[in-house]
Amino acid sequence: MKRLLFILALALLPVTASGEEEVLASLSQNDVAITANFNGSEILIFGAVQRFTPLPTTGQMQVIITIEGPDRPLTVRQKERQYGIWMNTEAVEVDAAPTFYAVATTGPFEEVVTHTEDLRHRISIPRAIRAVDAGTEHPEDFTQAVVRIRTAAGLYQMLEGAVTLRNETLFNTSFRLPANLTEGDYVARIFLTRNREVVASYQTDITVRKVGLERLIYTLAHERPLAYGLLSLAIAIIAGWGASAVFRYIRTGG
Amino acid sequence: MLVYLPIAEVSVNAFLLLGLGGLVGLLSGMFGVGGGFLLTPLLFFIGIPPAVAVATGANQIVASSFSGVLAHLKRKTVDLKMGVVLLIGGLVGAALGVQVFNMLRAMGQVDLLVRLCYVVFLGIIGALMFAESLRAIHRSRQAGGSLPPRRHHRGWIHALPFKMRFRTSGLYLSVIPPLLVGLAVGVLSAIMGVGGGFIMVPAMIYLLGMPTKVVIGTSLFQIIFVAAFATLLHATTNFTVDMVLALLLLVGGVIGAQIGTRLGVKLKAEYLRVLLATLVLAVCGKLATELLLQPVELFTLGAAGGY
Repeated sequence: MKRLLFILALALLPVTASGEEEVLASLSQNDVAITANFNGSEILIFGAVQRFTPLPTTGQMQVIITIEGPDRPLTVRQKERQYGIWMNTEAVEVDAAPTFYAVATTGPFEEVVTHTEDLRHRISIPRAIRAVDAGTEHPEDFTQAVVRIRTAAGLYQMLEGAVTLRNETLFNTSFRLPANLTEGDYVARIFLTRNREVVASYQTDITVRKVGLERLIYTLAHERPLAYGLLSLAIAIIAGWGASAVFRYIRTGG
Repeated sequence: MLVYLPIAEVSVNAFLLLGLGGLVGLLSGMFGVGGGFLLTPLLFFIGIPPAVAVATGANQIVASSFSGVLAHLKRKTVDLKMGVVLLIGGLVGAALGVQVFNMLRAMGQVDLLVRLCYVVFLGIIGALMFAESLRAIHRSRQAGGSLPPRRHHRGWIHALPFKMRFRTSGLYLSVIPPLLVGLAVGVLSAIMGVGGGFIMVPAMIYLLGMPTKVVIGTSLFQIIFVAAFATLLHATTNFTVDMVLALLLLVGGVIGAQIGTRLGVKLKAEYLRVLLATLVLAVCGKLATELLLQPVELFTLGAAGGY
């Protein structure tokens, strides 16, 4: 009985240890509204570490903050030279890749978290892309291509050292959301690490939605496609006729 | 001034779009081409997703062509009878073209084949038109200005049955050649995602022997319907017509088309054709180099499940 208790206590130990530090955080905005003149958005994330015990003496505290957009499947194609021209030769279906993904840390990624913890919590950018099918001999080339292309477009961001941490207690960082955002529920995650192990985490949602006219047009296009198509044509014809009439008026008038 | 496009889901400078629309409209009015072969690649270039670019481009072409046709109708340079005959062939051809397009897509190389189509057709048409109009300019210089109206020699075409009188074009010929031209253009325009004006115009001039001035208005007339058909198809099946993008493009486009029509009347037909040929060859060259030179990024991302 004593032995069993001892094992139980051992098993519970890491849980209670990680429970000694908790994250409290807040975002400058939990709703991003995409309006007609939307040109990206800045999100400020700030927070504090709450402790019930004195500051541990071993290991330095580090913070990782991620923002992840909705997942979408995609097709990655590779070009190769054949018969003198460049054509798509291989294609790989990626089951789910986030449409937006940003990681900010207090220091170099390898010094902040271990590889195992990265795998477990899917923190780094390549980990956020899921399940490349095995139709190719070199799937990692295709995953790397996704990361490379989206990083160039500002959709994937690796911001090492972008989080400021004061007295191992207060932290803050800001993210730049680009203009070409996909609508949906975004997730912000905060990880506290000590000795490169995750000791606490926190998660909150950010809603990105089109509003006003943008919303109206989008809904109409998807729910009443025929009416939308006819309306587009009507606008085109009216504009064409209008310009013609205006020019005739200018010519006869002048 | 940046504007967020609700369907394309990107932010683009409004003045850039107005300018693009204006440029394409100008060409549309001057040459009687819808401008799709130019507009669609330009939209890709400024970061509009390809599917949205193709669909919205079609909608914009409706506007600029309509504006152009009104200007031509006023001047009585539209052969409506010929336009209807071409249109019948065109719609049948477009329906066939969609089938061909789906077959190519199943084979997985539609992107390459569309590009090859562009390079081959633009190259052939551009080169032929360029050589022919240079010869025409040379001839008119030698003749000392005014050139007597040329009659094309169309022996075998005259032998065909079902003859019809096309008064505006000053032609009396069988309906079979225009139907076939319409059909071929319809097939190609469905595959290449354009109105098909750049193929239609030379075909009318060189195959049917129509006068250049009538060709432009008639081509625009036919393009309106083909592009409208394409817009509706894209809007109902792929939801890729972006109204805001179309509106900005067409405001620029209709103004450009009006200016272009007036410029086109002032310029000599031969010079007009040299200009169009140069433009066609430039686009062809650009597409050809893209196929031949190694791209900077070998990988491309696309929506899952094809295009």
